[in-house]
Amino acid sequence: MGPYATSYVLIGALMLFGAMVGVAPLVISAWLRPRKPSPLKNQTFECGLESKGDSWVQFKVQYYIYALVFVIFDLETIFLLPWAATFHQLGLFAFLEMIVFLVVLVGGLVWAWRKGVLEWK
Amino acid sequence: MENSLFYFFSVAMLSCALLTITCKNPVSSVIFLVLAFFSMAGLFVLLNAFFLAAVQVLVYAGAIMVLFLFVIMLLNLPAEEKRHRGWFGGAASIFVMVALMLELSFVAHHEKLASSPASPGIDGTTEDVGMVLFSRYMLPFEVASLLLLAAMIGVIILSRKEKK
Amino acid sequence: MNDLIHLIAITPWAIALVKIGVVLVIMLGLVAYTVLAERRIAALIQDRRGPNRVGPFGLLQPVADGVKFLFKENVMPAHVNKIYYVLAPTITLIPALLTFAVIPFGSTLGGVPMVIADLNVGVLWIFSIASLGVYGIVLAGWSSNSKYPFLGGIRSSAQMISYELSMGMSVIGVFMLVGSLNMTRVVGYQHDCWLVFKQPVGFLIFLVAAFAETNRLPFDLPESEQELVGGYHTEYGSMKFALFFLAEYANMITASALMVTLFFGGWQFPFIGFAPNHPMWNGVLHIGIFFAKLLCLMLVFIWVRWMFPRFRYDQLMNLGWKVFFPLGLANILLTALILTMQAPR
Repeated sequence: MGPYATSYVLIGALMLFGAMVGVAPLVISAWLRPRKPSPLKNQTFECGLESKGDSWVQFKVQYYIYALVFVIFDLETIFLLPWAATFHQLGLFAFLEMIVFLVVLVGGLVWAWRKGVLEWK
Repeated sequence: MENSLFYFFSVAMLSCALLTITCKNPVSSVIFLVLAFFSMAGLFVLLNAFFLAAVQVLVYAGAIMVLFLFVIMLLNLPAEEKRHRGWFGGAASIFVMVALMLELSFVAHHEKLASSPASPGIDGTTEDVGMVLFSRYMLPFEVASLLLLAAMIGVIILSRKEKK
Repeated sequence: MNDLIHLIAITPWAIALVKIGVVLVIMLGLVAYTVLAERRIAALIQDRRGPNRVGPFGLLQPVADGVKFLFKENVMPAHVNKIYYVLAPTITLIPALLTFAVIPFGSTLGGVPMVIADLNVGVLWIFSIASLGVYGIVLAGWSSNSKYPFLGGIRSSAQMISYELSMGMSVIGVFMLVGSLNMTRVVGYQHDCWLVFKQPVGFLIFLVAAFAETNRLPFDLPESEQELVGGYHTEYGSMKFALFFLAEYANMITASALMVTLFFGGWQFPFIGFAPNHPMWNGVLHIGIFFAKLLCLMLVFIWVRWMFPRFRYDQLMNLGWKVFFPLGLANILLTALILTMQAPR
């Protein structure tokens, strides 16, 4: 294993410990807590009102469109990060390369903006 | 140690992938697919491809699967769970799988892959990836921007249809 | 003799495990006392007294709260999807605890670097783990099988992914200056000048995005009480609710720690922390400086909560997509231009 890989073993250990912190309180409280079930406690909590109809409601498609645009620009960030890290070593050429990359994507963003995709209707 | 970890991640990945396609509940499928991506990230770490491992989690688990979850919530789940699955989908996916296996074995046969899991001397750190990506693989990088632009246009058209 | 060799061989691992344990304990302790601080400061701002009965100055209040949560009955409504309902709080909490792993919270202590895992991909680890926090919230909203939590979960996830973009953009400038994604290198770079002075716009965007990512006021739309009761955790009670609460505050701590590291010089402070004859003291002092800065930023989080009204959802999304995202891009271009002009030919 390389020098970097050892720190990933530590990350794995941290994940285990973190999972324990996340699960232990639930287990301990399952031991300690009282159980007094009643039909009232089984109801949906809707501010005193009785729940009507299906809890599944169709939400705005706009949420979904934001998620789509997000995926596209998240990928852009992925390309920007290694570019930023190697910016000093690569120099002017990489700068121009990234400008071309960004211009294409920003063009898309401007178009989407003007078409009203980013609008919360 | 490395070998046993490799088997651990591989088995985890394959079983999660299997559960993804066998689960009736779409949300469970998404969660198992996320776990499969995690195991794959573990495999990338074993190959010293640290940048790829982080990006794997960030893009697939953190962005694309969230999108999937959104789509699933747009659908009415109880109706989806009851839906009958026809034979056509299964046949088509088996066909695609066989084609992919053939292609992969063809590539593996002709490209003479290195026998060791990772070529020594190269650490898949961010700087290494950046240096290669922005010099040798400049063209694919620029083409990627066009690909993303095409995806963006798709989004715009999708949202335009919704208005009518 | 054999035992001694064995002991030396396992020591680095033992030290690492101790570090992980200590960090987790400190994290949970900080969370507990931030909650108390928040309640006391809220009382101060609103001219009340706040919790002051349990122990001196109410200092034992977090302990009392914890015990109360442990002994509360676990009410699980009949209509929930049981597996995901139970899993969601844990899924929310774990990423909040893991992101701290790459943040250097001190220089060295007896030759041991004060960071759990000094990954080369540094900030990418933080972003990729933080992006998983959405799952817990969406699953909580969905599995509760009730209208308010469902809407809260959806709102929250759309908000989190929108501001994740701005956050990603805001730090690119920092890494262009530093030339590495590694957090220790970032701290080292700020030896003579904190990055907040070189990247003020980046810091501003990061600060706002951090508020939105942690679902804190003025961006607490997912749990806006007047509209959605409690948002995604409406149907939760007892220990499960406490886990959501823990996760929110742990996220606040991590966001503050990240800001200290990226923009405020990490564990360094001008003119303080250099006692060349006492490396041990230096180490302790550096850790102290780091946590002092962290607490100052936490105070900002708490203060803002009681000072600003909540945004409307369309305003929130517009702000993210139409102001901060283009601003982040402009910041990157400007930084790149200046760096290219400065570069020796």
